[in-house]
Amino acid sequence: MEAEPVVEVLGAQKRFTGDLALDGVNFRMFAGEVHSLMGENGAGKSTLIKAMTGALTLDAGIMRMYGEEVSFSNPGAAQRAGIGTVYQEIDLAPNLSVAENIMLGREKSRFGRVDWEHMRTAAADVLSTLGISIDPRSPLGSHSLAEQQLVAIARAIATDVKVLVLDEPTSSLDQDEVGELFRVIRELKSRGVAILFISHFLEQVYEICDRITVLRNGELIGEYLPTELLRIDLVQKMLGREASTLEVLRPRAVPTTPSGEAATLVSVRGIGRRGALQPTDLDVFEGEVLGVAGLLGSGRTQLARLLTGIDHADTGTLELRSIRRRFHNPRAALEKGVAYSSESRKTEGIIAELTVRENIALALQAQKGWMRRIPRARQQELCESWIEALDVRPKDPDRKAGTLSGGNQQKVLLARLLALAPQLLVLDEPTRGIDVGAKVEVQRLIGELAANGMTVVFISAELEEVLRVGQRIIVMRDREIVATLDPDAVTFEMLLALVAKADDGD
Amino acid sequence: MNATATKAPVSSSMAVPAWRRAIINKSSWLPVVAGATLLIVMFSVAQVKFEGRFIKPGVISSLFVDNAYLIILAAGMTLVIITGGIDLSVGAVMAYTDCLAAFLLRDHFPVWVVIPMVILVGMVFGLITGILVQFFNVQPFIASLAAMFLARGLAYIAAQRQIPVDNETILGLNNNKIRFGDWYITPTVIIALVIVVIVAWTMAYSRFGRTVYAIGGGEQSAKLMGLPVARTKVLVYVISGACSGVAGVVFISYTAAGYSLNGVGTELDTIAAVVIGGTILTGGSGYVFGSLLGVLVFGGIKTFISFQGAEQSWTRIAVGVLLLAFVVVQRLIVARANRR
Repeated sequence: MEAEPVVEVLGAQKRFTGDLALDGVNFRMFAGEVHSLMGENGAGKSTLIKAMTGALTLDAGIMRMYGEEVSFSNPGAAQRAGIGTVYQEIDLAPNLSVAENIMLGREKSRFGRVDWEHMRTAAADVLSTLGISIDPRSPLGSHSLAEQQLVAIARAIATDVKVLVLDEPTSSLDQDEVGELFRVIRELKSRGVAILFISHFLEQVYEICDRITVLRNGELIGEYLPTELLRIDLVQKMLGREASTLEVLRPRAVPTTPSGEAATLVSVRGIGRRGALQPTDLDVFEGEVLGVAGLLGSGRTQLARLLTGIDHADTGTLELRSIRRRFHNPRAALEKGVAYSSESRKTEGIIAELTVRENIALALQAQKGWMRRIPRARQQELCESWIEALDVRPKDPDRKAGTLSGGNQQKVLLARLLALAPQLLVLDEPTRGIDVGAKVEVQRLIGELAANGMTVVFISAELEEVLRVGQRIIVMRDREIVATLDPDAVTFEMLLALVAKADDGD
Repeated sequence: MNATATKAPVSSSMAVPAWRRAIINKSSWLPVVAGATLLIVMFSVAQVKFEGRFIKPGVISSLFVDNAYLIILAAGMTLVIITGGIDLSVGAVMAYTDCLAAFLLRDHFPVWVVIPMVILVGMVFGLITGILVQFFNVQPFIASLAAMFLARGLAYIAAQRQIPVDNETILGLNNNKIRFGDWYITPTVIIALVIVVIVAWTMAYSRFGRTVYAIGGGEQSAKLMGLPVARTKVLVYVISGACSGVAGVVFISYTAAGYSLNGVGTELDTIAAVVIGGTILTGGSGYVFGSLLGVLVFGGIKTFISFQGAEQSWTRIAVGVLLLAFVVVQRLIVARANRR
């Protein structure tokens, strides 16, 4: 009864030095269907897509189109086979015209001479069939991101495309633009194009998709129909649930002032940033571990970045120990003892080329500046003590940080920040992409730090973790805080429901 | 979903008035227009300052003849810079082709063998640079610097002392003045202008040319668009090398000698001319006709200085200052237009 899939991937396997990005993943797409690939960061989505579109080759596994085995060595080959891709960053040439961006690479040429007229009319045709009116002669860069995205789609379908991959197409679009995009998607569906829709906006996925595949930690969790899968179950499958045999790691109680009240370390009122976070109020008490639970896109990273001076808030105020502060940059925040550990370890954390010792001493040296160099012996001492304290393996200060495993890299980053003796440590997804053993170690460390008086804000999409480590939990969704909870009073299911916003109808 | 204010529908770009749209569509020509404007201004100022002696047929014709080699080099360099790269070897490769040609001509090799051969040699240098850049991931600056040293070294070997050239055909390229009244033109100028036209046509009308622009707009994007990025990147350096070879032949007809110190610093003059002509150094935008204007500005400045009677050593300083002023004003004009 089921028609043959247009594209099928079987047993996909891919390893990136140390990280198993894909482990035996099966995936298939049918004509005229919108299929959504779901999973948190590090689940393997982009690796699978890159393999399907020819941007990388798999270590193992086969790919079939219409039953025939295929293998793409470069994006051009995949395009010629009928797989069109629209990337999140809209990979087109902003300095060329819209017509060229749509047609370049497959334009008609007479005696080697590009036929401009034909290019313009062909481009105009494609645009009009999609119901978009943009001047084909205008430079791409002169249009809004939403329009550029539609041009990218036009390019993808200008050839006889069988599969269209849309990678996070709606992250920069407003409501109207999303509506426009969905109209185009439905138009393509009716033409029999198989569409792969990747997005972390659950509502959009449920609105437009006919089929959902969930990946987690490089493994296939399953393929489902949205009508048969409750939103809450989808989130659960994305986040997973490990057996809660590990003991509760949070310290006994939040330290209090003599009067019995918890002292407030940081207090924000109405802090917000357009397009990133709704105006928000939050109090962080001294010595506590505040868990922030929320999915990608909930505004959790944005909140962290506003707290620590990385982004500028459009509205609102921040008080540190009752003194109004405005952090203009991370350096200013660090000077006041507010430290941030990014969720993108590789690009915003570890300096892969430098040694472990240099990575750990980095922030401290930065604080001291150019002139007051930390003596080599002191650096060594510092590094060795932190390696010991955090159990970094291998115990070699002169190893290049890029060669360490994810878990150990995270520890090195922690050491770097802890060397500054901060008052507030904001950790964004510190255990992401780390194996279970290392995860537990990091979680335990956080508990120990808090027991010694450190204030920690701990952000994670893994609800188990947040429940285990946090003394207080805030739930974020749709760029605002929706609930503040006591972890003792809430179960995993309740937290899941809040994070996923299960409606009555779900 | 976030509830931001609804924006105008996608079709809004068609509601922009036609003249505005024309400007937006052709906005990459703005730097060239700026360059042309300043060229006109400079010549006007010079004309006034030197009481009408500046804009004369003899002076203008001479401007073209003296800078024919630079026009050719600039044409090739424009392509390289549009891809976001740079070719520092053009001066040295020109010198080597000079010396090699002089060397071969002295040994009585026929002209119709020597000329294609030295152009081929130029292309080989370009190929080396291109391969280093594309397949060994060497930065264009370093790769072309290496080619530059190689070429300069080979030039010294080929001509330890100046080798005079007395070949009639070669010298004729520069010395046969074709006159139109008081104006004159030489075969070298014709060669230069033909090359400009060919390269400009290629950039505007061939898939290769459009790929060059696409690479400048974003190499990663161009790759993802399925364009032949690797091939194109190597080819632009080969073309630059070929231009260096042709420029070498033109230069040798101009100076009547192969000399290993020819063209020292010429690569920087070329880059200056290309930038004045409206090509953005980071790539993605630029026109060969603009580079032609850039060479005229450059040559015009030198002529201005010599009219002024200043010492030769002041020329470089004056050129530097004037160039800086030129480029800054150009950028201001463009920035103002873009801000709207």
